[in-house]
This record gives sequence, structure tokens and C-alpha cells, in this order.
Amino acid sequence: MISMTPRKDIPLIRTIATPAVAILLTLIIGASIFAILGFSPTGALYEFFVAPVSRLDQIGDLFVKACPLIITATGLVFCYRANVWNIGAEGQLIFGAIFSGWVALNFPDLPMMVMMPAMILASIAGGIFWALIPALLKVRFNTNEILVSLMLTYVATLFIDWLVRGPWRDPMSFGFPLTKMYSDAALIHRVDLFGAGMLGQLHWGVVGALILALIGAFVLSRTILGFQVKVMGDAPRAGRFAGFNPGLVTIGVMALAGGAAGLAGMVEVSASMGQLQPNVSFGYGFTAIIVAFLARLNPIGVIFAGLVVALAELGGDNAQMVLGMPKVVTGVFKGVLLFMLLAGETFNRYHITWHGRRASQPEP
Amino acid sequence: MEALILTVLLTSVPLIFAAAGELVAERSGVLNLGVEGMMLMGAVTAFAATSLSGNPYLGVFAGAVSGGLTALIFAIFALGLATNQVATGLALTIFGTGLSGLMGEPFVGGTIAGLSNLPIPLLSEIPVIGALLFNHDLLAYLSIAMLVVVAWFLKKTRAGLVLRAVGNSHDSANALGYPVLTVRFWAVLFGGTMAGLGGAYLPLVLTPHWSEGMTAGRGWIALALVVFASWVPSRILIGALLFGGITIMQLAGQARGWAVPSQMLSMLPYLATIAVLVVIARNKEFSLANSPACLGKIFIGNR
Amino acid sequence: MPAKKQTSKSSKQNASQTPLLEAIDVCKSFGDFTANQDVCFKINSGEIRALLGENGAGKSTFVKIIYGLLQPDRGVLRWNGQPLSIRGPQQARDLGIGMVFQHFSLFDALTVAENIQLAMPPGESIADLSERIARISKEYGIGVDPEARVHNLSVGQQQRVEIIRCLLLDPKLLIMDEPTSVLTPQETEQLFTVLRRFAQNGMAVLFISHKLDEIRALTTAATVLRRGQVVGTVDTAGKTSRELAEMMIGVKVKDVARQTAPARAKLLFSVTGLNRPRESAFSVALRDVSIEAFAGEVFGIAGIAGNGQDELMEALIGEWRPGGRNIIHLDGADLSQEGPSGRRIAGIGFVPEERNGHAAVPSMSLSDNALLTGHALNGTVRAGILNLGGIRDRAAAIAEAFDVRLPGVNPLASSLSGGNLQKFVVGREIIKTPRVLIVSQPTWGVDVGAAVFIRKAMLDLAKQGSAVVVISQDLEEIFAISHKVAVLHDGILSPAIPAKDLTAEKVGLLMGGSGHGDGATA
Repeated sequence: MISMTPRKDIPLIRTIATPAVAILLTLIIGASIFAILGFSPTGALYEFFVAPVSRLDQIGDLFVKACPLIITATGLVFCYRANVWNIGAEGQLIFGAIFSGWVALNFPDLPMMVMMPAMILASIAGGIFWALIPALLKVRFNTNEILVSLMLTYVATLFIDWLVRGPWRDPMSFGFPLTKMYSDAALIHRVDLFGAGMLGQLHWGVVGALILALIGAFVLSRTILGFQVKVMGDAPRAGRFAGFNPGLVTIGVMALAGGAAGLAGMVEVSASMGQLQPNVSFGYGFTAIIVAFLARLNPIGVIFAGLVVALAELGGDNAQMVLGMPKVVTGVFKGVLLFMLLAGETFNRYHITWHGRRASQPEP
Repeated sequence: MEALILTVLLTSVPLIFAAAGELVAERSGVLNLGVEGMMLMGAVTAFAATSLSGNPYLGVFAGAVSGGLTALIFAIFALGLATNQVATGLALTIFGTGLSGLMGEPFVGGTIAGLSNLPIPLLSEIPVIGALLFNHDLLAYLSIAMLVVVAWFLKKTRAGLVLRAVGNSHDSANALGYPVLTVRFWAVLFGGTMAGLGGAYLPLVLTPHWSEGMTAGRGWIALALVVFASWVPSRILIGALLFGGITIMQLAGQARGWAVPSQMLSMLPYLATIAVLVVIARNKEFSLANSPACLGKIFIGNR
Repeated sequence: MPAKKQTSKSSKQNASQTPLLEAIDVCKSFGDFTANQDVCFKINSGEIRALLGENGAGKSTFVKIIYGLLQPDRGVLRWNGQPLSIRGPQQARDLGIGMVFQHFSLFDALTVAENIQLAMPPGESIADLSERIARISKEYGIGVDPEARVHNLSVGQQQRVEIIRCLLLDPKLLIMDEPTSVLTPQETEQLFTVLRRFAQNGMAVLFISHKLDEIRALTTAATVLRRGQVVGTVDTAGKTSRELAEMMIGVKVKDVARQTAPARAKLLFSVTGLNRPRESAFSVALRDVSIEAFAGEVFGIAGIAGNGQDELMEALIGEWRPGGRNIIHLDGADLSQEGPSGRRIAGIGFVPEERNGHAAVPSMSLSDNALLTGHALNGTVRAGILNLGGIRDRAAAIAEAFDVRLPGVNPLASSLSGGNLQKFVVGREIIKTPRVLIVSQPTWGVDVGAAVFIRKAMLDLAKQGSAVVVISQDLEEIFAISHKVAVLHDGILSPAIPAKDLTAEKVGLLMGGSGHGDGATA
């Protein structure tokens, strides 16, 4: 029988070691699964985790892949710290792409100095709009935000599909579901590193993502806003006692998460695609949830967690090309990683001992 | 028209299985968001087993077992290690989706001979109704039967009473000496087995091939369905027919060239679920009687 | 207070009788915390024994071991002389041990009959069960409607369901954990009558309590636990409450000296005709509540739990606000529409009943907890950014001034003992020298040393000219520190009684609703 008693405090070594051990176990378990199913475990590990970053310029691609994850997960950290379970980042990301796409496609002649800020604001507004629906329903009617935000994800996916195949389709696209290409002002360009050239696809959005994560860390730990979020998440009754408004905090964190996800959507389109298509996101909204947990709900951790998970994503792309596997297969690694992290959380919070059968009658 | 009704009935079968199973799990106090993953595992193993053996009933068995095993993973973490149930369920969905994709890799593009219909003697000869209701495959009959079994179990048996008690107050149940985690364990496993059967139905009856993610969100709809039915088994049937029906309207509309775009019609079930969630949340007394007070709460006990 | 005590006839029989239950050198630890150490205990049939001790003394642990919920690390249990180990509550019940917990283990969404059935071994039909329930209800005078859903019952009725659950198993030993903490004096008297009948029929009753007057009224002997060890078993007849208290805490109890109130004090804080409708089936409506708190005075509000204290506290804090104006005033200023922050800025300090999760956040540090009620004050927050250093200093100052024993620098609130955390939470408000301090259950679950410190701090604050409002279920506490007392019953607050006019009977009757009990047969 296992016995679990809460620990009084958590040694720092555990806080750092847990994600590392989780990653290691994930690799082992994942490889084993591949082996059991008849695929080469070493081959899988190589194509998933080594090949994607074996060239220097691929490091840039790693950051590029991590970019939307970092942006979205930073927002999600605020939500989850406040105990608001926003599962709809995927849909919020899509609406960010839609709103910013509207700006780009309807005003193609704006100069970049106007276009970029306008698109950024529009994308944030789009994400906030989509996130406010579950937020307001929760505050007003106490509906479950998990299910509502989830349902809205499907609605968003269908909506952009309709937009891109219907009213926004580029007449010159020969029937493919694509909008017109964005004008140059609407695109995010790659970073020219100290005149030494580009690093893979590394673009300015990545810089923005890193800055956003740092700002998020500051807000969470050093502002009254962050304090409210943490108190409401840990002890809502204490939060009300302190004079904080639970409804406002809920709406606030959902707006933050939605806005961040929306921004991520815009960055993805403007940096990587240059036009809207039915799939602007490849499950980034859900993957960002894993990033948030891997980061242990800490905005600085989000940067490192984002890179780790991005590696798995790159691996999935690579595996599809090289091994012919469907992209969802990265889910094996991502799922196991989340399991390991959750188990690690339990081991950190509780002192677990195993003892044999219940203490029976001792010798008189 | 008849074909339409038939399709509605058929499409509701996976939902009935998955929702009935999840209802039992939730009545015991466990929120398992991994239904989509469990259904996909059921679907892929059912397809694989049938493809390899030629026997669709083996596929049924495989689907059930794999659903249960997938649920076992959830039980180990959420019950054994007391992890956060929402995150664990999500992990299960992502994992199940990925693993099913991996396992289904060699089977993409193939087809199987699915379950054949088993007409009930006499009843199936009734004009109109006979063909609609009594000429189905094993799984379809089983889905209704299981729904009845679940309703009877919860209301009329001692074990069902204990399960309801555990979902209402796991502390009180523990104080009385009932094994809370054991009860939840079996409830979760049952939920997984049912989800597996629901997933198996897709390749075995509806579309006899495999493609990754072929459940297309049915697992999430099943979750919504349980809430829609306010945790009462009989209402799952109504809800499943409604949800299935709305999805069918979309196909029918497309075929008839309705002006409404197909994506908009496809949105309806999800929007309907949101509407139902709001209605239920507003009516507290209505939900208080049946909603398990301990839903999603972690139980540590005196371990 | 309950009247006649059972005549002590058991002490002379003890010598020759085999004890019904005997525990020898029972030990139990959780991690490195020792809950029970070498506990030796005996109880005979027909005896009503008290198990006395402070919070954390080990009473609950010991009783859970008897009931099979916990297994002892070492030690022997004997039932009728036979050594055995009790592996679970089911086995305990089979042996004939019944237990009624302080927090009922009922299922509020299920009916009374279903609740009782769950406590029975399987096999008996609902019809037979109902018949037995009816018979027992009649014999002991404790009836409830079997079809009622438990969440619709009163607390006294719910306790009866618990008792019936136990009785149906024909127990030889009945354990009751703090049963009277939720009952009116009249209901308590009814319960004692029932328990005496049980004892006369040969049942042994183990009665856990810390209410010394009740123990002396009901029981023949008391076993005193302190810090996990048995201090002794004494005849309750021969001891005063004070002597029992001293055994319980091990030091001499010093009374808190109360001053008489200043003659013509200024009215600082008033509540006029506060009405609050019922929000759920479990809450209590507040009806026309009026309070007048004067400078230099402690205003005590007595009452049994569940008569509106939570609702009143929420209304005073501002977590709930009445629709209208001119209901709550501080020195003339209308605060009716202000939230907690607004009221704090006006000069009121609040200490709610629940320190874990309401007054303080257990998972956060003391400095964060200081920020909880300090964020509206000068120096803590500038343009939205926290002054972390200043907040830490403040928390340290509070700990220093209020004798809070810290296991480290800026520890988590959860690592403090109950008494120390309560001193911090009270000190956090007093250090601001608020014009009004409103406290609910100031010394609940707190060791005696901390309780004395807190009461003295509140009296000192009053002496400095503030008004103090104390809501407490502990009558001894109310009597010890209040200058005026009002009683809250069913959401109605009685007129205030000056301290010199107070008697226990007066207050007891008011607590029970002016003598109207809840109508059960004697």
C-alpha cells in the first residue's frame, strides 16, 4: 500500500530535477512504445529529437517553432495560476489570425509602421473576443469554462475553414483554400544577426515572444495584478476577503490568455505562412497547455519548456517527412511527458512511502 | 427520410456508449477528459484486430479491452498518484490520439468487413419501424442495453448506491469504510471500456476504414452529453439523438444544396452544447440533486 | 447548562470487571509527528467516559484507531479481554463499536433511508430497515423522516440520523466526537438524556469534548490526553473545571482581567437594521440586525454555530453588501456600499473565522499574507508594483510584536501552528491600530497560551480607544472579555446585555431562541 503525507516544504533540487527526470523518462517510455510496435526505437529517437537540430541554422527553426508556444503558454500560466481552466487557446489563436488577417487583407497598402501595430492590436482583440465568451459565461452563469472553451475551439476551426474557402478565398488560388498573400508590410521578417546572416527561419516574432515571457514573469511576481491572480487561484475566499473581485480576475486572466493566443496566431501567419489557410494552427493551443505545465506555471520556465516541446514538434514534422508517420504521433511523447510531469508534481508535494500489509498485531 | 432517421440512430451509438461510460465515472466523482483518446484507441484496435483476423466480433472485443487499458493509464495517475484530473485527462487524449495514429500507420488505406446486421425475429418484420429499430448490428443493440443496465445499476443496486455516495462525499464514504479509490477505479475502467466500444463502432459499422483522429471530436461531445443529461442515464439517449441528428442535418443540407454553408451547420452541435451548459448552470436545484459534488476533486484519504 | 449528572456507581465495580475495551501502549506517528504515545486506556460497559484534551492532543487519532480507520504502529487492543487488531470500520462495527463523528459522514444528496442503509451491512431490505428505524426512534425519542434528503435537515436532525445509524448495529461502545458543538443547550440536554439511557442499558459511551462543564455534568470519569500521552484518568465528580483545564494544558490558567468600560464612550461603529435574505438551503437569513460598538468597549456576539455568524461576518467585512444605504456606519461615515478594501481604508480591521483559506493563504509566505489585507495601505504598492522589501519588513514586525514563533525567515503560513498563525492574523490587523476590530472565533483551535495572548491583545486595543466586536461560539470566552453581550439566534440578534447583568441561563436561553427548543420529545 502506498501512503502519502504532505511535505512541509519542497527542496529546490526537486523543483529543478522534476522536469529533467520527466523528460528522460518520456524518451525512454516513448522509445519503448515504438519498439513494441515494431518501429526502430533508436531511429525514432534520432528522427524526433536529434535530426531536427543537427544543423546550426536549425536552432533558429527551433526558436521559430517555440515562438507561438511561448507566447500562448505565457498567457495560459496566468489562467491556470488563477485556477481558470482555459482549454480553448486553440480557438483564441485562430481568431487572432482572423482579426489580424482582416486588417492585412483589407488594407494591403498600409505602411509597415502602421500595419504591424494595427495587426498586433487586431490579433489581440480577436483572441480576447473569443476568450471573453467562456469568461463571461463563467462569471455570469457559472458555466464550466473547460467545456465551453473547448466547444468554441471547434467552432473557430470551422469558421476559419468557411472564411478561407468562401468569402476570403483568393480568386487566383486555383481552388485551393487560401487567401491572398499578405503584402510585405504585413509580414514578419527574419532576423539578420549582427550582419552575419539569418539563423534558419529565425524572425522578430521570436524576440517578441521572449520579451513577452519576461514581462509575464515580472507581472506575476512583482505586481498587484499577479498577486491577485495567485491568491484567487490558491484561496478564492481569501481573495474576496482581501477585496479582490473574483469575476474581474477571471475575466482578466482569460483576456490575457486569449490576447496572448491571438497574438501567437498573428505571428505564426505573418512569419511563416504569409496568408491565411484553414490550418493556421497545428494544435499549438493544446500543446501550449503542456508547455505551461512543463514550465510548472512559471513564465521564465515557459521559455525553456517551449524549446523542449518545440523540439518534439520539429521531430514530428521530421518524422512525417522521413518516416512517413502522421504528425499526431508526437502526441505519444507529449502525452507521456505530461503524465510524467503530473506524477512528478505528486512526488514533490507528497512524501510517498511504500509499506507492506497494514501493521498487524505485534508479538506480546 | 428513412435513411436519414437510420443515420441519426447509427451516429448516436458511439455517443451513447461513450457518454454512458463517462456518466458512471463522473457519478463516482471522477472527471475523465480523455474520452476522445480512449475512443480512438478503441477504433484503431478494433480495426486492426478485424483486419488481421477477419472476424469483426474480435474487433469488438479488442476495442473494449483497449478502451479499458487506456482508462487504466488514467486511473494509475489520477487515482493512484492523485494527479490533477483535468490535466491527466488531456494528457490521455493527446497520448491516445498519438498512439492510435502510430498503431494505425500500417492500416491506413485498408478496409474491413464490418459487423453485419442481426435482425430480431418477428420485431424486425413490423412495417417501417421494424426496419428502423430492430435490424441493427450487435453493438447498436448493446449500446441501448448498456444504457438500461447503467440506469438500473445506479438506481436499484447497492453497489450503485455506494458509487453515488462516493461521488457525493468521498470523505463520508471513506469514514464509513468504503474503498473510495477502488470504487472509482472500476468506474473509470468501465468508462474506458464503453468508450472503447463506442470508438470501435466507427470502423466496424459507420466507415469501414481507419484514419487518424477519425472520432472527430465525438469524445468531447460525449463529455458534453453527460452534462447535458444532468448525469441521468435516460436523458443520454435523447441527447445523443439530438446531437447525432444535428450532425446529420449538415450532410443532408449539403446534399440538397441548402444555402447555409456546411461549416455553419457543423457548428450547431457545439453551440447547442454551450447553450445547454448555460441552461443547466442557471438552474441550481435541478442539477444539485444529481450532479456529483465531488466531481474532479482529488481524494487522498488516510493513506 | 445541562442538569443532573449520572450517579457514579461504576468506580467500585471496575476492580473486578473485565474492561469492555482496553488499549495498552498504543503508539501512532505520522511522519515525524507523534500523535499517540504509549496510550493506555480502559472502559467498562455502562460507563460514560470523557476523553479530554486540547486540539492536537491525540484524541481523534486514538479514537480512529479504535474504530479501525487507522492502524497503530505499536500496541495492543483488547475487546472483552481478547486481544485483536481492528482492520477497518466494518470490523469495528461488527464488534459492536459505533462512532458519531464531529463532522457528519452523511451524503447530503441521498435520503435518510439511503444514508442509513449505507452504514448497514448489505442484505437487509429497506422495508425491514425502516421498521427497525421506527422502533428505535420510538424507544429513544429520536425521530427523522426516512424519505427526507439529508441536505434539507437541520443539524440536530442530521446528528440523529448519525446516532440511529449507530444504534441499528446494536453497539456495545458508542463513541461521540464533540457532539454538542453544533447543538443548542436544549438539544444538548436531550442528547445527554438519551446517552444516559444508553448507559443504563449497558452501553459504554466515550464522549470526546473540551467543554469542561458538560463533561462534569454528564460523565463519571475523564481520561485526559496531552501531546499524545495520557495524563491520567480521574473521577469528574471530584474535580473543578479549572483543575481539569490545568490537567489538559499542563500549566496554570491565568484569567484575562477585564476592565469596566469607560462611562460615556463615543459610538464608533454601528449597524442599523441589516437584512440579508437566505442565499441557499444551508444559509441563514439575517433579520433586522443592529449593533452599536463604542470606543473602548468589547462587544461580544454569542451563539451556536450555524445561526448566521458566517453571514453576519461576510456582511460586516463587506464581502456581501446590502442593496441600500445608511446601514453600516463608521463614525458617521456611510460604509454600506464599500467593499473590504474601502472599509479597511476607513479604519476597520477584520479577522474571519477560518484562518486556512479565508484569513490567510496557507500556501503563501507570511509576507504575502501580510499583503493580503495591507495592499490598500501606504507603502505597500506603488503604481501597481509591489514593494516587496517593505512588505517583508512589515510581516517581520507583526511576528515580532505578536509573539509568533517562526520556523524560519518568512515561512509559509502552512508551516505555522494554528495558534501562531492566529496570532499573526490577529496581529496583522491590530498593528494598524484600527478604529474598529471585528473578529470571529478569535481563539478557535488555538492552544491556551496563544488564546490568552490574543484575548489580552484585543482588550489592550479596546483600552486604547478602539471598538472591538467579537463573534464567538465559546461562551467562556465571551464572558471573559466582553463589556456587552448580544446573542445571535437564527439570524436575529438580541438586544445587548451589559456584562454585569449577564447570567449563563439568560444567554443559554437566548442561544436556544428564548427557550423554544426544536420540539423533540424528552
